[in-house]
Amino acid sequence: MTTAGRDPGLQPERTRLAWRRTTLSYTVAALLAVKQVPLPVVSLIALTWLGFLRMAHRRVLGVGASRPRPLSLRGALAAAACTIALAVLAATMVLHPADG
Amino acid sequence: MNERLRTLRLWFAPTRIHDEGDTPDYRFSLANERTFLAWIRTALALIGGGFAVDQFLPELARGVRAGLALALLAAGVLCALRAVNHWVRCERAMRLGKDLPVSRFPTVLGLGVATVAVTMVVVVLFGWEGP
Repeated sequence: MTTAGRDPGLQPERTRLAWRRTTLSYTVAALLAVKQVPLPVVSLIALTWLGFLRMAHRRVLGVGASRPRPLSLRGALAAAACTIALAVLAATMVLHPADG
Repeated sequence: MNERLRTLRLWFAPTRIHDEGDTPDYRFSLANERTFLAWIRTALALIGGGFAVDQFLPELARGVRAGLALALLAAGVLCALRAVNHWVRCERAMRLGKDLPVSRFPTVLGLGVATVAVTMVVVVLFGWEGP
Protein backbone atom coordinates (compact mmCIF):
# COMPACT_ATOMS: atom_id res chain seq x y z
CA MET A 1 0.00 0.00 0.00
CA THR A 2 1.47 3.36 -0.99
CA THR A 3 1.26 6.42 1.22
CA ALA A 4 -0.35 8.42 -1.58
CA GLY A 5 -3.28 5.99 -1.79
CA ARG A 6 -3.73 5.89 1.95
CA ASP A 7 -6.78 7.53 3.49
CA PRO A 8 -5.46 9.68 6.38
CA GLY A 9 -8.60 8.99 8.39
CA LEU A 10 -8.14 5.21 8.01
CA GLN A 11 -11.83 5.01 7.14
CA PRO A 12 -11.68 1.63 5.32
CA GLU A 13 -9.74 0.05 8.20
CA ARG A 14 -12.21 1.38 10.75
CA THR A 15 -15.11 0.08 8.70
CA ARG A 16 -13.46 -3.32 8.34
CA LEU A 17 -12.91 -3.50 12.09
CA ALA A 18 -16.54 -2.49 12.66
CA TRP A 19 -17.63 -5.48 10.54
CA ARG A 20 -15.29 -7.74 12.52
CA ARG A 21 -16.66 -6.46 15.83
CA THR A 22 -20.18 -6.99 14.65
CA THR A 23 -19.40 -10.54 13.49
CA LEU A 24 -17.92 -11.20 16.92
CA SER A 25 -21.08 -9.86 18.59
CA TYR A 26 -23.15 -12.09 16.34
CA THR A 27 -21.00 -15.08 17.30
CA VAL A 28 -21.48 -14.37 21.02
CA ALA A 29 -25.25 -14.02 20.64
CA ALA A 30 -25.40 -17.20 18.54
CA LEU A 31 -23.35 -19.14 21.12
CA LEU A 32 -25.70 -17.96 23.89
CA ALA A 33 -28.54 -19.30 21.75
CA VAL A 34 -26.84 -22.62 20.98
CA LYS A 35 -26.59 -23.42 24.70
CA GLN A 36 -30.29 -23.95 25.14
CA VAL A 37 -31.81 -25.22 21.90
CA PRO A 38 -32.30 -28.70 20.40
CA LEU A 39 -29.98 -29.90 17.65
CA PRO A 40 -32.13 -29.05 14.57
CA VAL A 41 -32.36 -25.44 15.75
CA VAL A 42 -28.60 -25.36 16.28
CA SER A 43 -28.14 -26.00 12.56
CA LEU A 44 -30.57 -23.16 11.73
CA ILE A 45 -28.59 -20.81 13.96
CA ALA A 46 -25.36 -22.00 12.31
CA LEU A 47 -26.90 -21.17 8.92
CA THR A 48 -27.81 -17.60 9.93
CA TRP A 49 -24.32 -17.22 11.41
CA LEU A 50 -22.75 -18.38 8.15
CA GLY A 51 -24.98 -15.95 6.27
CA PHE A 52 -23.76 -13.08 8.39
CA LEU A 53 -20.15 -14.23 8.09
CA ARG A 54 -20.44 -14.34 4.30
CA MET A 55 -21.92 -10.86 4.18
CA ALA A 56 -19.23 -9.47 6.50
CA HIS A 57 -16.45 -11.14 4.53
CA ARG A 58 -17.68 -9.76 1.21
CA ARG A 59 -17.88 -6.31 2.69
CA VAL A 60 -14.42 -6.55 4.26
CA LEU A 61 -13.08 -7.35 0.78
CA GLY A 62 -15.18 -4.59 -0.81
CA VAL A 63 -13.96 -1.91 1.58
CA GLY A 64 -10.38 -2.80 0.65
CA ALA A 65 -10.78 -1.22 -2.80
CA SER A 66 -8.91 2.03 -3.36
CA ARG A 67 -12.21 3.89 -3.72
CA PRO A 68 -14.74 1.74 -1.90
CA ARG A 69 -18.34 1.78 -3.05
CA PRO A 70 -20.97 2.46 -0.41
CA LEU A 71 -22.61 -0.50 1.30
CA SER A 72 -25.46 -1.81 -0.85
CA LEU A 73 -28.96 -1.74 0.56
CA ARG A 74 -29.14 -5.46 -0.13
CA GLY A 75 -26.12 -5.95 2.12
CA ALA A 76 -27.65 -3.87 4.89
CA LEU A 77 -30.91 -5.81 4.61
CA ALA A 78 -29.05 -9.13 4.67
CA ALA A 79 -27.18 -8.20 7.85
CA ALA A 80 -30.41 -7.02 9.52
CA ALA A 81 -32.28 -10.14 8.34
CA CYS A 82 -29.70 -12.47 9.91
CA THR A 83 -30.00 -10.52 13.17
CA ILE A 84 -33.80 -10.67 13.11
CA ALA A 85 -33.71 -14.41 12.31
CA LEU A 86 -31.76 -14.95 15.52
CA ALA A 87 -34.39 -13.01 17.49
CA VAL A 88 -37.23 -14.96 15.91
CA LEU A 89 -35.56 -18.29 16.78
CA ALA A 90 -35.06 -17.02 20.33
CA ALA A 91 -38.71 -15.99 20.64
CA THR A 92 -39.81 -19.41 19.40
CA MET A 93 -37.64 -21.04 22.03
CA VAL A 94 -39.04 -18.80 24.77
CA LEU A 95 -42.61 -19.61 23.77
CA HIS A 96 -42.03 -23.34 23.21
CA PRO A 97 -39.24 -24.38 25.58
CA ALA A 98 -37.62 -27.73 24.79
CA ASP A 99 -37.94 -30.34 27.50
CA GLY A 100 -34.70 -31.56 29.04
CA MET B 1 -45.91 10.55 4.82
CA ASN B 2 -44.81 10.80 1.20
CA GLU B 3 -41.24 10.90 2.47
CA ARG B 4 -41.81 7.73 4.47
CA LEU B 5 -43.25 5.92 1.45
CA ARG B 6 -40.27 6.88 -0.70
CA THR B 7 -37.89 5.49 1.93
CA LEU B 8 -39.90 2.27 2.15
CA ARG B 9 -39.89 1.90 -1.63
CA LEU B 10 -36.10 2.15 -1.56
CA TRP B 11 -35.99 -0.87 0.74
CA PHE B 12 -37.35 -3.03 -2.06
CA ALA B 13 -35.80 -1.28 -5.07
CA PRO B 14 -32.32 -0.60 -3.73
CA THR B 15 -30.71 0.56 -6.97
CA ARG B 16 -33.07 3.56 -7.04
CA ILE B 17 -30.95 5.15 -4.34
CA HIS B 18 -28.50 6.02 -7.13
CA ASP B 19 -31.22 7.87 -9.05
CA GLU B 20 -31.18 10.84 -6.73
CA GLY B 21 -28.51 13.42 -6.05
CA ASP B 22 -24.74 12.87 -6.20
CA THR B 23 -22.59 10.14 -4.70
CA PRO B 24 -21.08 11.61 -1.51
CA ASP B 25 -17.42 11.31 -0.52
CA TYR B 26 -16.95 7.61 0.19
CA ARG B 27 -15.67 8.42 3.68
CA PHE B 28 -19.09 9.76 4.65
CA SER B 29 -20.74 6.61 3.35
CA LEU B 30 -18.32 4.48 5.33
CA ALA B 31 -19.04 6.48 8.49
CA ASN B 32 -22.76 5.93 7.89
CA GLU B 33 -22.06 2.21 7.46
CA ARG B 34 -20.21 2.07 10.78
CA THR B 35 -23.11 3.75 12.52
CA PHE B 36 -25.40 1.15 10.97
CA LEU B 37 -23.14 -1.62 12.28
CA ALA B 38 -23.10 -0.06 15.75
CA TRP B 39 -26.91 -0.23 15.77
CA ILE B 40 -26.79 -3.85 14.59
CA ARG B 41 -24.49 -4.61 17.52
CA THR B 42 -26.96 -2.91 19.84
CA ALA B 43 -29.68 -5.13 18.39
CA LEU B 44 -27.49 -8.22 18.90
CA ALA B 45 -26.80 -7.21 22.51
CA LEU B 46 -30.55 -6.90 23.17
CA ILE B 47 -31.18 -10.30 21.56
CA GLY B 48 -28.34 -11.84 23.59
CA GLY B 49 -29.94 -10.27 26.68
CA GLY B 50 -33.20 -11.95 25.76
CA PHE B 51 -31.47 -15.33 25.59
CA ALA B 52 -29.69 -14.63 28.88
CA VAL B 53 -32.89 -13.75 30.75
CA ASP B 54 -34.52 -16.93 29.51
CA GLN B 55 -31.50 -19.02 30.38
CA PHE B 56 -30.01 -17.63 33.59
CA LEU B 57 -33.12 -16.77 35.60
CA PRO B 58 -34.80 -20.20 35.71
CA GLU B 59 -36.28 -19.65 39.18
CA LEU B 60 -38.52 -16.82 37.97
CA ALA B 61 -42.19 -17.43 37.28
CA ARG B 62 -42.52 -18.46 33.64
CA GLY B 63 -44.76 -15.52 32.71
CA VAL B 64 -42.38 -12.89 34.08
CA ARG B 65 -39.37 -14.53 32.48
CA ALA B 66 -41.00 -14.95 29.08
CA GLY B 67 -42.31 -11.37 29.23
CA LEU B 68 -38.89 -9.88 29.95
CA ALA B 69 -37.18 -12.09 27.35
CA LEU B 70 -39.74 -11.25 24.67
CA ALA B 71 -39.52 -7.53 25.46
CA LEU B 72 -35.75 -7.62 24.94
CA LEU B 73 -36.06 -9.68 21.74
CA ALA B 74 -38.71 -7.34 20.34
CA ALA B 75 -36.47 -4.37 21.13
CA GLY B 76 -33.66 -6.13 19.25
CA VAL B 77 -35.81 -6.68 16.16
CA LEU B 78 -36.98 -3.04 16.21
CA CYS B 79 -33.40 -1.90 16.57
CA ALA B 80 -32.24 -3.93 13.55
CA LEU B 81 -35.11 -2.70 11.36
CA ARG B 82 -34.59 0.88 12.37
CA ALA B 83 -30.82 0.49 11.72
CA VAL B 84 -31.56 -0.22 8.05
CA ASN B 85 -34.15 2.53 7.83
CA HIS B 86 -31.93 5.16 9.43
CA TRP B 87 -29.00 4.14 7.24
CA VAL B 88 -31.12 4.58 4.09
CA ARG B 89 -32.41 7.95 5.25
CA CYS B 90 -28.89 9.19 6.06
CA GLU B 91 -27.56 7.93 2.73
CA ARG B 92 -30.36 9.74 0.87
CA ALA B 93 -29.89 12.94 2.85
CA MET B 94 -26.17 12.91 2.02
CA ARG B 95 -26.87 12.34 -1.68
CA LEU B 96 -29.36 15.20 -1.78
CA GLY B 97 -27.21 17.50 0.36
CA LYS B 98 -29.94 17.81 3.00
CA ASP B 99 -29.67 17.84 6.81
CA LEU B 100 -29.24 14.43 8.38
CA PRO B 101 -32.49 13.03 9.77
CA VAL B 102 -33.13 13.38 13.49
CA SER B 103 -34.86 10.64 15.42
CA ARG B 104 -36.45 10.01 18.78
CA PHE B 105 -35.58 6.32 18.62
CA PRO B 106 -32.48 6.55 20.89
CA THR B 107 -34.62 8.16 23.61
CA VAL B 108 -37.34 5.55 23.27
CA LEU B 109 -34.78 2.72 23.32
CA GLY B 110 -33.04 4.22 26.37
CA LEU B 111 -36.32 4.50 28.27
CA GLY B 112 -37.24 0.94 27.26
CA VAL B 113 -33.92 -0.51 28.44
CA ALA B 114 -34.21 1.45 31.70
CA THR B 115 -37.72 0.04 32.25
CA VAL B 116 -36.51 -3.52 31.68
CA ALA B 117 -33.56 -2.97 34.04
CA VAL B 118 -35.75 -1.56 36.83
CA THR B 119 -38.23 -4.41 36.37
CA MET B 120 -35.39 -6.93 36.64
CA VAL B 121 -34.07 -5.34 39.84
CA VAL B 122 -37.55 -5.37 41.38
CA VAL B 123 -38.16 -8.96 40.26
CA VAL B 124 -34.83 -10.19 41.61
CA LEU B 125 -35.16 -8.26 44.92
CA PHE B 126 -38.70 -9.35 45.68
CA GLY B 127 -38.25 -12.75 44.09
CA TRP B 128 -41.32 -13.54 42.02
CA GLU B 129 -40.52 -17.18 42.02
CA GLY B 130 -42.39 -19.74 40.06
CA PRO B 131 -44.23 -22.67 41.62
